[in-house]
Amino acid sequence: MSRKTAPLLFLAAPLGLSLALLGGWELACRGLALPVYLLPAPTAIAAALADHAGALFAAAWVTLSSALLALVLAALVAGPLALSAAVSPLIERAVQPLAVTLQVTPVVAIAPLVVSWAGLDHPEYATTALAAVVAFFPLFSGALTGLKSADPDLERLFDLYGATPGQRLWRLRVPAATPFVLEGIKVAVGLSVIGAVVAEISAGSGRSQGLAWTIVETTHQLRMAETFAALFALAILAVGLHALTRVAETEILRNWRGR
Amino acid sequence: MSEPSTAAPMVASLQDVVVRYDGRPVLGPFSLTLAPGSSTALVGPSGCGKSTALRLLAGLELPSEGEVHRAAGRGETAVVFQSPTLAPWSSALDNVALPLRLAGVAAAEAADQARAALARVGLAGSELKKPAQLSGGMAMRVSIARSLATSPRLLLMDEPFAALDEITRRRLADDVMSLWTDARPALLFITHSVEEAVYMADRVIVMSPGPGRIVAEARLADGFPRPPRFRTTAAFREAVEEVSQALQLSMEADA
Repeated sequence: MSRKTAPLLFLAAPLGLSLALLGGWELACRGLALPVYLLPAPTAIAAALADHAGALFAAAWVTLSSALLALVLAALVAGPLALSAAVSPLIERAVQPLAVTLQVTPVVAIAPLVVSWAGLDHPEYATTALAAVVAFFPLFSGALTGLKSADPDLERLFDLYGATPGQRLWRLRVPAATPFVLEGIKVAVGLSVIGAVVAEISAGSGRSQGLAWTIVETTHQLRMAETFAALFALAILAVGLHALTRVAETEILRNWRGR
Repeated sequence: MSEPSTAAPMVASLQDVVVRYDGRPVLGPFSLTLAPGSSTALVGPSGCGKSTALRLLAGLELPSEGEVHRAAGRGETAVVFQSPTLAPWSSALDNVALPLRLAGVAAAEAADQARAALARVGLAGSELKKPAQLSGGMAMRVSIARSLATSPRLLLMDEPFAALDEITRRRLADDVMSLWTDARPALLFITHSVEEAVYMADRVIVMSPGPGRIVAEARLADGFPRPPRFRTTAAFREAVEEVSQALQLSMEADA
C-alpha cells in the first residue's frame, strides 16, 4: 500500500462495508418479504427520513440542546469542584466517594425518580438533569487527574522559586490539565446524549419532543420506518458531536504543544 | 586528594547530613561547602545520593540528620534538571520568564530579560517556539537560560547533558562555562562523566556507592575560562586519571 492510496483505502473500507450491509439488508427485506412493522428496508427508512426531515430535525435539536445545556451545567459544577479537590486533599477525600457512586449508579435506575421530581409538565428539566449527572464524572475525573499530573520537576521548580498556591494553580496545574480536561469533555459529550435519551424514554410523555420520544412513540404505533429514521438521526447526532469534539481537541492540543 | 574543607565564606553548605527514605539510608554522613565563585562537580555511581545532596542544597528536601546552611535565599538559587523541565504549553520566552514572573517582575520587563537570556544561550529568534518544536540541545539551552535569568548566587545542575549526544554535550559544556564565568555563581554540577567533571570544575568530589559519602576529592587550578583545548592538555589528562582511579577504588571497595 503506497502513501497515496492508504488514505483512500481507509475511507473506502468502512464505506464499502456499510454499503454491503445495507445492500444485504435491502435484499433480505425484499427477498423474504418482511413486513415493514417488523423490519423496514433501507429504502423505506430513507423515504421516512426525507418525509419527516423537518420533524426529525426539530426533535434532534431538542435532544441536542438538552445534552449541551447539561454539559455546561455539569462543567460548572465539575470544574470548581475539581479545582477545590486538587488544592485540598480533604475536599478530594470528601468528594471522591460521592463522585464514584454517582458514576457507577446506572442512570436508567435513577431516571424515573428524577422524572417524577421534575414533574410531568417539565420533562426537559429531567432530561437536562440526568444528562448532567452522567456528564459530571468524566469532566470531574479528567480535570482532577489533569490538575495533579504536572511534571514533578516543574513542581519542584515552582517550590524553588517560592510560587504562591495561586501561581502554582494558574501557571502550572491548570495548563498542565488541558489534555486531560479535553479527554474528559470528549467522553462527557457522548454520555450527555445517552443521559438525555434515557431521560426522554423514562419521561414517557409527549411533552418531551426529543429524538428518543420520537423513537418510543413511533415504535408503539408500529411506524418502524420512522423509528429507524429517528435512530439514524440520533446516530448522526452522536457521531457528529464526537467528530466535532475530536477536531476541537486536536486543534486545541496542536496549539497547546505547538505542533 | 584531601578531606573537604568547610571554610567560610560560603553560599551553601551541608554539615554531617544523613538522608533516609523509609528508614533506609540513601546519603551520608555527608558534608560539603560551596564557596562563592567555585565550581564543584559531584561524581559517583547511580544511586549514591548525588541528586539528593543537590535537592538538600536547593532547599527542596530536608535531611533526616545534620544541618543545611543556605546563604542564597529564595530566587537566588537556580536548578537545571536532567531533563529540560520546560512547560510544554509555554513558548521558550515564557519558560525563561517564568521565575521572573513568579518573583513578581512585570510582564514586559520579564520578557525583555528572558529575551536577553535566550540570546546569551544562542537562541535569539527561537523565542516563540514551544518545547516540542526544539531539539534536545535547544530545549536544554532554554532550561539553562531560565536558570541564569534570575542571576542566581547558587547554580545547581543535575546531569544536565546526560541525554545529549557527545558533540552537543561538549558545545553546551563550553557555553555553560563561558556563561558561568561572566557572573560566577557558586556552581554544583552532577555528572557521570569524569571528563566533564574535570573540564567544568575546580573541585571534583568522588562519592561512594549509596548511601553516598565523600571518598576522594581532587582540586584543579581555577584557570577559568578554560579554553576548549584544555581537554587535550596533560593537566586535564592527569586529573581525569586521578578521579577515575578514585572512582574505581570506591566501586571496588563496595564490591
